[in-house]
Amino acid sequence: MRRFAAERARDLLRSHSLQRYSRRRLLSSLTSQSQSRFLSSTSPPDSPPSMGSQPVTLDTINPKVLKCEYAVRGEIVSIAQRLQQELKENPGSHPFDEILYCNIGNPQSLGQQPITFFREVIALCDHPSILDKSETQGLFSADAIERAWQILDQIPGRATGAYSHSQGIKGLRDAIADGIEARDGFPADPNDIFLTDGASPAVHMMMQLLIRSESDGIFCPIPQYPLYSASIALHGGTLVPYYLDEETGWGLEVSDLQKQLDSARSKGITVRALVVINPGNPTGQVLAEENQQQIVEFCKKEGLVLLADEVYQENIYVPDKQFHSFKKIARSMGYGENDISLVSFQSVSKGYYGECGKRGGYMEVTGFSADVREQIYKVASVNLCSNITGQILASLVMNPPKVGDESYESYCEERDGILSSLARRAQTLEQALNSLEGITCNRAEGAMYLFPRIHLPQKAIKAAEAAKTAPDAFYCRRLLDATGIVVVPGSGFGQVPGTWHFRCTILPQEDKIPAVVSRLTEFHKGFMDEFRD
Amino acid sequence: MAPRALDYESLNENVKKVQYAVRGELYLRASELQKEGKKIIFTNVGNPQALGQKPLTFPRQVVALCQAPFLLDDPNVGLLFPADAIARAKHYLSLTTGGLGAYSDSRGLPGVRKEVAEFIGRRDGHPSDPELIFLTDGASKGVMQILNTIIRGEGDGILVPVPQYPLYSAAIALFGGSLVPYYLEETANWGLDINDLRQSVSRARANGITVRAMVIINPGNPTGQCLSQANLKEILYFCYQENLVLLGDEVYQQNIYQDERPFISARKVLLGMGPPISRELQLVSFHTVSKGYWGECGQRGGYFEMTNIPPKSVDEIYKVASISLSPNVPAQIFMGLMVNPLKPGDISYDQFVLESKGILESLRRRARIMTDGFNSCRNVVCNFTEGAMYSFPQIRLPPRAIQAAKQAGKVPDVFYCLKLLEATGISTVPGSGFGQKEGVFHLRTTILPAEEEMPEIMASFKKFNDEFMEQYEDHRGYSRM
Repeated sequence: MRRFAAERARDLLRSHSLQRYSRRRLLSSLTSQSQSRFLSSTSPPDSPPSMGSQPVTLDTINPKVLKCEYAVRGEIVSIAQRLQQELKENPGSHPFDEILYCNIGNPQSLGQQPITFFREVIALCDHPSILDKSETQGLFSADAIERAWQILDQIPGRATGAYSHSQGIKGLRDAIADGIEARDGFPADPNDIFLTDGASPAVHMMMQLLIRSESDGIFCPIPQYPLYSASIALHGGTLVPYYLDEETGWGLEVSDLQKQLDSARSKGITVRALVVINPGNPTGQVLAEENQQQIVEFCKKEGLVLLADEVYQENIYVPDKQFHSFKKIARSMGYGENDISLVSFQSVSKGYYGECGKRGGYMEVTGFSADVREQIYKVASVNLCSNITGQILASLVMNPPKVGDESYESYCEERDGILSSLARRAQTLEQALNSLEGITCNRAEGAMYLFPRIHLPQKAIKAAEAAKTAPDAFYCRRLLDATGIVVVPGSGFGQVPGTWHFRCTILPQEDKIPAVVSRLTEFHKGFMDEFRD
Repeated sequence: MAPRALDYESLNENVKKVQYAVRGELYLRASELQKEGKKIIFTNVGNPQALGQKPLTFPRQVVALCQAPFLLDDPNVGLLFPADAIARAKHYLSLTTGGLGAYSDSRGLPGVRKEVAEFIGRRDGHPSDPELIFLTDGASKGVMQILNTIIRGEGDGILVPVPQYPLYSAAIALFGGSLVPYYLEETANWGLDINDLRQSVSRARANGITVRAMVIINPGNPTGQCLSQANLKEILYFCYQENLVLLGDEVYQQNIYQDERPFISARKVLLGMGPPISRELQLVSFHTVSKGYWGECGQRGGYFEMTNIPPKSVDEIYKVASISLSPNVPAQIFMGLMVNPLKPGDISYDQFVLESKGILESLRRRARIMTDGFNSCRNVVCNFTEGAMYSFPQIRLPPRAIQAAKQAGKVPDVFYCLKLLEATGISTVPGSGFGQKEGVFHLRTTILPAEEEMPEIMASFKKFNDEFMEQYEDHRGYSRM
């Protein structure tokens, strides 16, 4: 795309010099035309049209758009796409056969299979007219057919092509609320649920509500998933960082939170909310319960909205950790609607279902007054509703097959197969990274990423400076050029200044992992040989 | 109790300013009444399939197969799905990397964007570049993205027709910009007056507003008028002179109910005008799978196409799109199917044509039934619905009705529409939700209720209206001007 863009820029420059002359000619030709309404209603303009910048150019567009960044699909990915194109047109033009995209949590693009039951139900809901055909029973499992009927009965007129209620179909929200209750042991209200096109739009909505000006701050973990930094920039707010501690498995110290909060306030920032990503992205840690309790207390005491990104709740790879939703923690501490404002985000893109392309998710909004709730509803209504397939999927994810259902066993087999494979890959890659000179990598307790730290030699850092690139970006570029593996430089997520990382997903299929490990190892050895001090 | 972290007072002011009547007061009241057991006819939003319009068979077959590709391996799949649906499903799956469950390119699948570009090329007779086409989760998201790119602050004004589809006013409020209205002339078939346009711009500039863009909705919503080629030329010259980017909402381009003014895209007219304007005037055009005869609102599928937007700006727009990763993939397939339809000779072609024609011809008939029905009512005047999906009759409320509304603390057309709802179950959107001239009242309804139910609905409306007018007129009657 960038190459095409450069060509167009050249064309534009060429035509620019003709602009002035052409505009004057156009004007004189206009006044001589006999377009009646055009002429009779006004006299010809006194001066030629404004020679200023067009409305949509870099110097005239919204500066917040210019300010925001999103490295996950940033520069290195564009370069990778170019290399991929080159490989296609000219096989053998690079020292690798294929580009391996380890930059983005997009499991199905790397071969992960969808859950059969979910896809059966979705297909039936997409084409309900086959539901009462006898042939359907030969092609679909009985419980998928039954679930499709159930879902369709919850949709007025069984019309899956109609805009639904702006919060999402009521019956599906009921199912999700039941699922939340089954998970947490505390009730959930379907009216607290807003189904959205993925979790990301829900995050944007909350930022929109919370941020009034750049004096409003949002607490974000560093490192963080850059949706948060981008959304805060887009909405004109200020990111207030709290640093996760790499030495202690990316732990969080409440004393540090307090320090950062006080510092922000002393600068005149009103801190409105605290973002927690649990399990963490890119860091992969699963918070200890005690930590979670401290966070809840902190938010309650300081009057912060707790924004809990819990999209990786079903990606836990270690037996000594468990997912606890922040709502469960808060309710277990005796805190209810009047004590803490809490928003939980969930998605159909992760877990073992990996349905990124469907754009399904929700936020559960608790502890807000009725008039604020009305405003949230109003903003949701401007977009009418989220896509119906995504809504259906969200209800399936929160209410999967149960013991005794026809599909239960095959569902479990698929689910456990994916999850155990993810755990194995997490471990294999982590061990491989830790065995490399100058690389330390915390284990991935959950989520889908490894975030190793590279202790770069001075020589490498100087070379990066000379290339006018950040050192981690320099390393990642070299890695890409040598191996075709695409990872995202740590600067895209934030890191303690002077430290360098990259984020790599654990998602290539298991049979590709040995090749990934060997290519990475070989590259790194070569890199260190070149740059060792 | 500790102070709430987020209370109404501390909300973003821009959010509070947003109004979106389409799902506002009337809709909420109608939903309440429905829960109480009253039969409600929802004509508040262009949502065809909610009122009985059936989805087209072929696209549903294709997408179902794409959702469950294991079906394609089953030897019995041909018992349920025709061969061309099977082939098309395989085609769309081959355009993805990993099927429907993977994020696509943030602009949408390249293969589908190519199909969209080819469609535009065939439609307009000018080639279109897939790199400048971005698929979005519905046209609304695309509109919001572009407005967010343009609006820097309240000093930036966007020209919006009045009446307008309130996505525009809502988005402008949300992004902190200024809405600069230009009034459509009801007595001239909702035509655009270039004089009024110039005056709006002058007034805005005198108030220190930099006018950045102009929105046109063609065919119009709620007004339904179709712009002629001459109209479009005027508008394009105007935007060129005033240095505005033109935002062409063309989502109803397949909903045309008269033959004098077929749909012509802004891009076609622009490119036909030749350089320099064709190379310089900035234009963004929007389309969707929600309208036309497809009516697939729930899929949330749309696109915008950029013309004369510089590469660096396109990169920035791409960057923002990438934050949300990608538009939903099933809807992208619906979009591909919509722009790349079946051809004569395809197995499913005849049925597809039967279904499509059936819908379009019925919409045309319903547009006429509704317009005539409203015009037969006392104190109601209604322009013909030339296109889109709505009827926007003017309700000439007698002074005593306006007074009663004031006493009830309601805007007059809201008062009327609430009474209409209570009496008949017909849920409409008051004209104030779209903007109208001071003292002139309307309501918007859709032409979407099933054709067989139309006579009864119109009779029900007429009964309510005429009784309402009887009740609130003075003895001499309110004279029709």
